Amino acid sequence: MNDFAIEMSGVSKRYRFFSLEDIRLNVPEGQIMGLIGPNGAGKSTTIRILLGLVHQDEGEVRVLNRRMPAEQIGAKWDIGFASEDMRLYESMTLDWHMRFIRSIYPGWDAPYAQLLLKRFGLRAEQKIKGLSHGQRVKATLLLVLARRPKLLVLDEPTTGLDPVARHEILRELTSVMADEGRSILFSSHHTQDVEQISDRITFIDRGRILDSMDKEVYLDRWRRLRLETPAGVELPALPGIIGVRQEGRLAVATANAFIPDLVGAYESAGARVQRVESMTLEEIFVANVEYSREREEVQA
Amino acid sequence: MTASWDSVYTVYTEMDGAFTISQSDKRAMYLQIMEQIKQRIALGDWKEGQPIPSIRQLAVDLQISVITGKRAYLELEREGVIVTQQGKGSRVASKPGLGMQLREQELEQHLEQAARIAGLLGMRPRELEERLREAGDRLNHRKAEKETV
Repeated sequence: MNDFAIEMSGVSKRYRFFSLEDIRLNVPEGQIMGLIGPNGAGKSTTIRILLGLVHQDEGEVRVLNRRMPAEQIGAKWDIGFASEDMRLYESMTLDWHMRFIRSIYPGWDAPYAQLLLKRFGLRAEQKIKGLSHGQRVKATLLLVLARRPKLLVLDEPTTGLDPVARHEILRELTSVMADEGRSILFSSHHTQDVEQISDRITFIDRGRILDSMDKEVYLDRWRRLRLETPAGVELPALPGIIGVRQEGRLAVATANAFIPDLVGAYESAGARVQRVESMTLEEIFVANVEYSREREEVQA
Repeated sequence: MTASWDSVYTVYTEMDGAFTISQSDKRAMYLQIMEQIKQRIALGDWKEGQPIPSIRQLAVDLQISVITGKRAYLELEREGVIVTQQGKGSRVASKPGLGMQLREQELEQHLEQAARIAGLLGMRPRELEERLREAGDRLNHRKAEKETV
């Protein structure tokens, strides 16, 4: 028995100009993991390693209880992968693609495929070359979803989509989760999407994982404190505070390990805490990347 | 037994259309969900002791993660607003007067907020009392005006 859909530990892959170092992440079965990172952070490489498309130099990868890349053939039946650069046959219709996938995967759910056609506003008889970008993304997703795979791996599924199409896709992804035995890993620049639908989040930057944990716990650790500092008061350096910006008497402190005691600590130093604000995932993302890069440069 | 559960259930899933998670709302999503559930109970739409959607169902309906739904339900349980039984799902707590109690709680929060801001402005309790009375008078005055028009 294993309760993880994905387990990666100590995974490294080195290229000439880029390396992925010590990647460790777990996706419990029945959960959605959102993978966030700037362009070139290593999201796609990580995804390709866990699919067995790229072989790691070091480290353990288990997907649906199979070792990757050694057992990738067996695992592929239960994994549905979609990415932007997936090619469909331009001169063929969507229906042709549906029949093609159906002939390979016995788990193809034809009624669900029909439902998805309707929900996504697609027409089966249309040729791929006539589809817009958004329709192509939805068509690719339909072909993957209707197989009802145990694990969905999606590389940037909402990039370049209009708000309506994005919501259609998020709705479909969350409805997949009505079934407890299924799991999703998806990468995105859209922190709002990740914040909305993920159970866990992983931040990746420059080939390293900055954080990987339960979303609710994570959001709870970050806070912005708005402070008023009377003349002559120096703000003390406090543990859990990763940065302070000051302008005149007002200061803003960012905490990545917030505890209510921080408020008391500032107040006993003579500052007044006006407000403690929670942060959006986007704000945390930017603060976290900046902080970790600064730290890296100090160490270097 | 199952039939009655199902029928109650359908009523509630139909009502989920009114649940909305706002991304411009500065508060965490689980807090927004908690507030909207409390509102339904305060208004009597969700009655004491009645079954409510499962966490997974709520997550699908609201297009949010299961973990966020779980967080909201856990906090509501801690506050004694809902009860979750293993294998039986969740229901509104069977406390007589729960709706009224939740409305009282909301008033309490607004009063505390007003007291806090008054404190920041250096206002004395007497002055705040006076301002509250004035606010009440203004409301009544506006209501009366509307009625005469």
